[in-house]
Amino acid sequence: MLGKLSWSAIPFDQPIPLVAAALVGSVIVCVLIWVIVKGHLPYLWNEWITSVDHKRIGEMYTILALIMLLRGFTDAIMMRSQQALAFQSPGYLPPEHYNQIFSAHGTLMIFFVAMPFMIGLMNFVVPLQLGIRDVAFPTLNSVGFWLTATGALLVNISLVVGEFARTGWLPYPPLSELTYSPGVGPDYYLWALEISGVGTLVSGVNLVTTILKVHAPGMTYTRMPMFCWTALASNLLIVAAFPILTATLAMLLLDRYLGFHFFTNEAGGNVMMFMNLIWAWGHPEVYILILPAFGVFSEVVATFSGKPLFGYRSMVMATMAICLLSFTVWLHHFFTMGAGADVNAIFGIMSMIIAVPTGVKIFNWLFTMYGGRVVFAPPMLWALGFMVTFAIGGMTGVLLAVPPADFVLHNSLFLVAHFHNVIIGGVLFGGFAGYSYWFPKAFGFRLHEGLGVAAFWCWLVGFYLAFGPLYVLGLEGMTRRMQHYDVPEWHPWLLAAAAGALVILAGIVLQVVQLVVSIRDRVELRDTTGDPWNGRSLEWATPSPPPAFNFPVLPHVEGGDAYWAIKQRAIAHAALSEEPAYAAIEMPRNSPTGFICAFFATFMGFALIWHIWWMVAVAAVGAFATFVVFAWRDVPDYIIPASKIARIARANRRSRELALANLRPVR
Amino acid sequence: MNGAPATADSHQMSELLSKRIVTGYGFWIFLLSDIIMFSAFFATYAVLARATAGGPTGRDLFNLDSVAIETGCLLLSSFTCGLASIGAQTRRDLLFYGAMTVTFLLGLGFLSIEVREFAGMVARGAGPSRSAFLSAFFTLVGCHGLHVSAGLLWLLTMMAQVFAKGYRPDILRRVLCFSLFWHALDIVWIGVFTVVYLMGAGQ
Repeated sequence: MLGKLSWSAIPFDQPIPLVAAALVGSVIVCVLIWVIVKGHLPYLWNEWITSVDHKRIGEMYTILALIMLLRGFTDAIMMRSQQALAFQSPGYLPPEHYNQIFSAHGTLMIFFVAMPFMIGLMNFVVPLQLGIRDVAFPTLNSVGFWLTATGALLVNISLVVGEFARTGWLPYPPLSELTYSPGVGPDYYLWALEISGVGTLVSGVNLVTTILKVHAPGMTYTRMPMFCWTALASNLLIVAAFPILTATLAMLLLDRYLGFHFFTNEAGGNVMMFMNLIWAWGHPEVYILILPAFGVFSEVVATFSGKPLFGYRSMVMATMAICLLSFTVWLHHFFTMGAGADVNAIFGIMSMIIAVPTGVKIFNWLFTMYGGRVVFAPPMLWALGFMVTFAIGGMTGVLLAVPPADFVLHNSLFLVAHFHNVIIGGVLFGGFAGYSYWFPKAFGFRLHEGLGVAAFWCWLVGFYLAFGPLYVLGLEGMTRRMQHYDVPEWHPWLLAAAAGALVILAGIVLQVVQLVVSIRDRVELRDTTGDPWNGRSLEWATPSPPPAFNFPVLPHVEGGDAYWAIKQRAIAHAALSEEPAYAAIEMPRNSPTGFICAFFATFMGFALIWHIWWMVAVAAVGAFATFVVFAWRDVPDYIIPASKIARIARANRRSRELALANLRPVR
Repeated sequence: MNGAPATADSHQMSELLSKRIVTGYGFWIFLLSDIIMFSAFFATYAVLARATAGGPTGRDLFNLDSVAIETGCLLLSSFTCGLASIGAQTRRDLLFYGAMTVTFLLGLGFLSIEVREFAGMVARGAGPSRSAFLSAFFTLVGCHGLHVSAGLLWLLTMMAQVFAKGYRPDILRRVLCFSLFWHALDIVWIGVFTVVYLMGAGQ
């Protein structure tokens, strides 16, 4: 009846996951009770859960990322403290638990923090910057988000029901094969990623179509803000790379469930084929993550320098070059495979070449700042911290791209330090820059600035303290994922790294406090202008938060930096442009399709993990029925009357007129 | 728009591309991603094609006659699927329902030949767990077969939708997507037919 599931699946003998799960569970129950008692449930259902508004979906993606960041960081603290304690001692985490922690940490941070953070920002910002009212396929967008949430939920369920993979964030065979991992750990990993991978793919298809086919009049490709270009490149990579992940994980599933021989040691299976396939997805994946962050920095640096982005066309070229080259370097993840000197040399050279367009970008940002009046607000601080940190991470990457050096450093902590250097210093700082930059746009009030600055410095200092020592440890020969060790030279560096993790913890606490304080003081922090940073692109033409329809009348774009041009025209004429005639607007109706579909997907994933076949069938039928019901609807849109549009648009114009008095022309 | 009262905004929206173009474009992007997934299975098959682990090879197993009939069914079904699209666009019930039914039967014929081939191989001890070659074979060909099955389900759903709702613009967009999907399966099958069967039987 319940497949492999029984009471023994719950780890009663392990206090740490049980206590953690009980804590998280009671917090969730408390929040649920509060929501129900206060009567917020209809609001949540109507305004968020069933929303197909790209802004709401983007915000939910970001919230998911931030919550999962807390979970993933808890894993990080546990690993750092374990390694700080485990000098000539077993530490406090038994090996089988420690292995699950580093696997869950990587899986969560890449798939359920970095990915939803970037996709969330893209979803929220791209339609606003393009001057349109929604993405190409709004309901599909909601499906994509909820499937991602399903994946995150399954990974977290593994904390209490069964176990998580002990194979690292990429389940390399033969360790991940049934012979060596007979438990459900890899199955949790595989089904969570198959399901959330579909969500990511759907969101990629959606954004590619939106950016290439749906624009405001006059918004040609070369007038798009840089963030839209990097979003395009990132989503093209999603469309081109995620199917490879889906196929690869499907093969491993077939090995595990039906006794196929793709990656087994017997019957002709080929283990190295897994490495090739997974990195054919995996290397583009790191650019899927970093390219939107590059876009955020391009927006932030231009805005806070008060200048147009330097070298727009070279930036576009560099972005698209990275998009293409990212598919030509995957083998540098396993130079030690033994493909031979020629193959390794080619991939080493390609890996160094891909650093060139990235260098172009760094110089473009520096030249954007040059001669500008730089404002050191938190988004700009993150951008500056990124430029320094990412340059270092990039250089250690070029070191690793040298095959002979890689033979020495492969799977050492040097590698771990390198990829944290680029992912924290690049993607996460980019996420935080975007979060603090667009927060006022999304919610109508700013984040507390002093706490933001303090959080930034904690993160920056903590990062160097935590990961600087790992470079040294890697050079001293310490490999990654060690549960305990007895080399005395390593111990002080690991203590320093643990101290660094605590400083980062202080940064995270400050960010939580910043959010709470900002919500408390939201009246004083209110953004009445809609343009709190003197921005350049069209999202700042809307009120904060933007209405459901974004733009009362679609803007006519006549050049780059569209909103900056509108402001300059208004300053020159000392008046806003003439008020247009407002008309009623059709917007897509909310739909529970995404949520219900994810509901069934969660059951299907859980049932597949535990071999509960009847439940798989029920959930599959349910998901199909959901789509058919959705396809049967007769009224897909609702109409916002012209009077309501005019009221919102006029309020926005009044605030712009007030702001106009304070604006001076800028050369 | 779908019969909702025309608004002044529809004029403005017409400056944007029509929903039909955007939907078709988006579906093409999805199909490209699907083809990339198939290409991962193709690449795997190419790597493992000779890893027979002492078991049967393609030459021992493939019957080109039945594969030729399979291919004929599928290619013909693409033709009838095209006829069904014309029927939908010109709103001729007989052509639409007739051509969709023939498409369904041809697709079903294709699937039943494939299932019989698979069952025969498993019965001979040449199932997917016999060797890496057979794992790759069953996965690549089976993945295409699953797509055809999903297509048949979609086909029936579309017939029911047209029956219940008529030739509405949103339904016609879905018919367009379905026919794109069905043709894409043909493209993939040409690859399977060549790489798996022709090259396999010739070895």
